[in-house]
Amino acid sequence: MIEIKNLTKSFGKSLIWKDVSFRIEDGETLAVIGKSGCGKSVLLKHLNALLYPDSGEVIIDGQCIFDLSYLELRVIRQRFGILFQGAALFDSISTFENIAFPLRYFTNQTEAEIKENVEHALELVNLKDAGPKATSDLSGGMRKRVGLARAIILKPDYVLYDEPTSGLDPKTSEEINELIVSMADSLDITSIVITHDMHSVLEVAEKVAFLDDHKLSWFGSIEEMKSSNYEPLVDFTTASEYQIKE
Amino acid sequence: MEAIRQFGQYALLLFQALRSVVEFKTYRKNLFQEFVKIGYESIPIIMLTGVFTGAVLTLQTAYQLDTNLIPRYTIGSIVSQSILIELAAVISALVLAGKVGARIATELGTMRVSEQIDALESMGFNSVTFLIIPRVLAGLLMFPVLYVAGATFGVLGGVVAGSVDGILPAAEFMKGARLYFFPWDIVFGFVKSFVFGFVITSIACFKGYNASGGAEGVGTATTQATVLSCIYVLLADFLLAAILL
Repeated sequence: MIEIKNLTKSFGKSLIWKDVSFRIEDGETLAVIGKSGCGKSVLLKHLNALLYPDSGEVIIDGQCIFDLSYLELRVIRQRFGILFQGAALFDSISTFENIAFPLRYFTNQTEAEIKENVEHALELVNLKDAGPKATSDLSGGMRKRVGLARAIILKPDYVLYDEPTSGLDPKTSEEINELIVSMADSLDITSIVITHDMHSVLEVAEKVAFLDDHKLSWFGSIEEMKSSNYEPLVDFTTASEYQIKE
Repeated sequence: MEAIRQFGQYALLLFQALRSVVEFKTYRKNLFQEFVKIGYESIPIIMLTGVFTGAVLTLQTAYQLDTNLIPRYTIGSIVSQSILIELAAVISALVLAGKVGARIATELGTMRVSEQIDALESMGFNSVTFLIIPRVLAGLLMFPVLYVAGATFGVLGGVVAGSVDGILPAAEFMKGARLYFFPWDIVFGFVKSFVFGFVITSIACFKGYNASGGAEGVGTATTQATVLSCIYVLLADFLLAAILL
């Protein structure tokens, strides 16, 4: 379980958000939505202490991660997998090596075991033959899938997705959404998806956190979101609906 | 005020790096890759720079000493000593600030803005250990090696230019070189190249590691790394001369 308590963050004099609090239960998929620039990715980077807040806590299994030593934090970080917005693949090594990278440094697996695990991860993301390819030869959707394969290779408890469908065509977006759902189900993962793509939210999420006006403006289940009359949330979600209908 | 803040961040980064220098297993592979990139791959440009520096210095010294009052072998003394004490280290460093410093700043800057450094941290890596220590260590160890190459080819360039141009035979040049040779000159050259290696790689790492703002940010970081490296190499050169000579 991840609990966020009164998190406040600003960069210089610019307030990002204030007093953000919510809880994600194990096995849930939460979508964090909001306009571009509202601080969704910033919030994501607080969940494994890639960024530190001005005040507040992120509590994982009863421990505030901001109070941990570097070595303790390293253990916590390895329980997370992150799919970054641009996939953040290491461009100096092949697709196979990108996925094998954490295994080589953090496990004692033999070369045969590494090969087997990487091939299995590539199969899970439907990229069976992409191993030898240079990352520069991959399309946007393939890069995201390789990023996802790397994110799950150490069998994390939590996977964080930063705009997993941004910049992708509708078909590829749908494939990524299906992957998020299948990862959560088959690997029993708690997922947090940062997005402003309402299709994605409706397909993958069980709960929704809406960031607006420098605060957590609304939090609830998908069903509650659909029936909510909260104006800023309705404005945000129907803006997407309008685009779909048009 | 900004300069003080930047220096504080630079010192902090170096302190972090120093603290994790014992985690050899994490950066071993990168260290050997950097030996190749900083050392081996820089040898051709250093050889070329050395040869032309030595050759031009010989021709210009001969032009300035165009008198029968001073023996010709003095040209060998002046050229070889200038190369050993100053030129092999400083000119190599200025060339390497462009080649090595710019590469490091661009590489790390691109990794920063494309979230590759965040990806490393999120996997549980200490990105400072993984990225910065191997580059700075390789700079410390490879710059003295490149100094040897630069000095050797500088003297060689002087010998060849002197012979080909008919200024003085190779034996005369070497006689002059040996006459005023002091082992301390080489020690001084090594100390300089060691310091320059640290200055260039650490500044490039600092600027690249803290780059922000996409392609433009990486460009700015690279430019700043190169310019600052050159300035601090010249400043360090002056301070070392004032202290050690």
